[in-house]
Amino acid sequence: MKAKIYVTFKKGVLDPQGKAIHASLTHLGIGGVEDVRVGKFMEVRLHEMGKEEARARLEEACRRLLANTVIEDYRVEVEG
Amino acid sequence: MKGRAVKTAVLVFPGSNCDHDAYHALKHVVGVDAEFVWHKESSLSGFGAVVIPGGFTYGDYLRTGAMAKLSPVMEAVRGFAAAGGPVIGICNGFQILLEAGLLPGAMIVNESLRFVCDYVHLRTETERTPFTRGIRRERVLKIPVAHYQGNYYADETVLSALEAKGQVVFRYCDAGGEATPESNPNGSARNIAGICNEAGNVLGMMPHPERCAEGVLGSADGRLLFDAMVSWLGERGR
Repeated sequence: MKAKIYVTFKKGVLDPQGKAIHASLTHLGIGGVEDVRVGKFMEVRLHEMGKEEARARLEEACRRLLANTVIEDYRVEVEG
Repeated sequence: MKGRAVKTAVLVFPGSNCDHDAYHALKHVVGVDAEFVWHKESSLSGFGAVVIPGGFTYGDYLRTGAMAKLSPVMEAVRGFAAAGGPVIGICNGFQILLEAGLLPGAMIVNESLRFVCDYVHLRTETERTPFTRGIRRERVLKIPVAHYQGNYYADETVLSALEAKGQVVFRYCDAGGEATPESNPNGSARNIAGICNEAGNVLGMMPHPERCAEGVLGSADGRLLFDAMVSWLGERGR
């Protein structure tokens, strides 16, 4: 089974990369973009197990390694 | 000779690259015993102090220090620190201490999005750590930085607590000791260059004292930190 994990900066944490990308988009003439925040996306393959079990394991993984909860939030999506 | 009996551990992770500089500064400049300790080791017994050197442990995968915090030796560092032993994390070593939760806050990429490699000025904010003992408060040190992710972040509550508890050890400043925005090389909150834990025995700093411990290198100010550590250890008979 598969899952997707999104790790994003918390509100209020400066994202210099996002700011630079926003500036570049404006430079390209792509208007109307108010803000860009760069995050991480991870695809995980797991053994078959209950969806809730998979979610619990991956949330633990986020807390202990995949995200730094001082600066980042995470979201786990279990497919299937 | 003073300090000869002290044995210091220089931790080595895959991707550490300032380990030899730290070893050289300790052993050949300051004159204390130093030993490399591989990250798979699970004990630090017999050591008086621990240096977590700079580098790019595990290629900075995921986040700086995120993988290294899981190395067996970090459990030993945790115990060593809890027992009051002096620990200094330099650059990537600071990032590892943050990831391990031994110091509060986190690092994000430099505000400029550039790797910064330059001498900076640091204002000493406290003498309370083993590494700044005897370095007069407000004394300005000249020590180089070399990093891409040295932009120190903590929320306002944590920053206020750090200030209130005297945990800010170094601040980026100009040559006159003023902590100005221009003298901040990476965008760090409140110009913070180094912090310690509440007890004061664990120090993390982005600048590299081991790279400027001898006059021939352009500055010998870094030596002050290691000399302070040796005299601190000597007084406690460690």
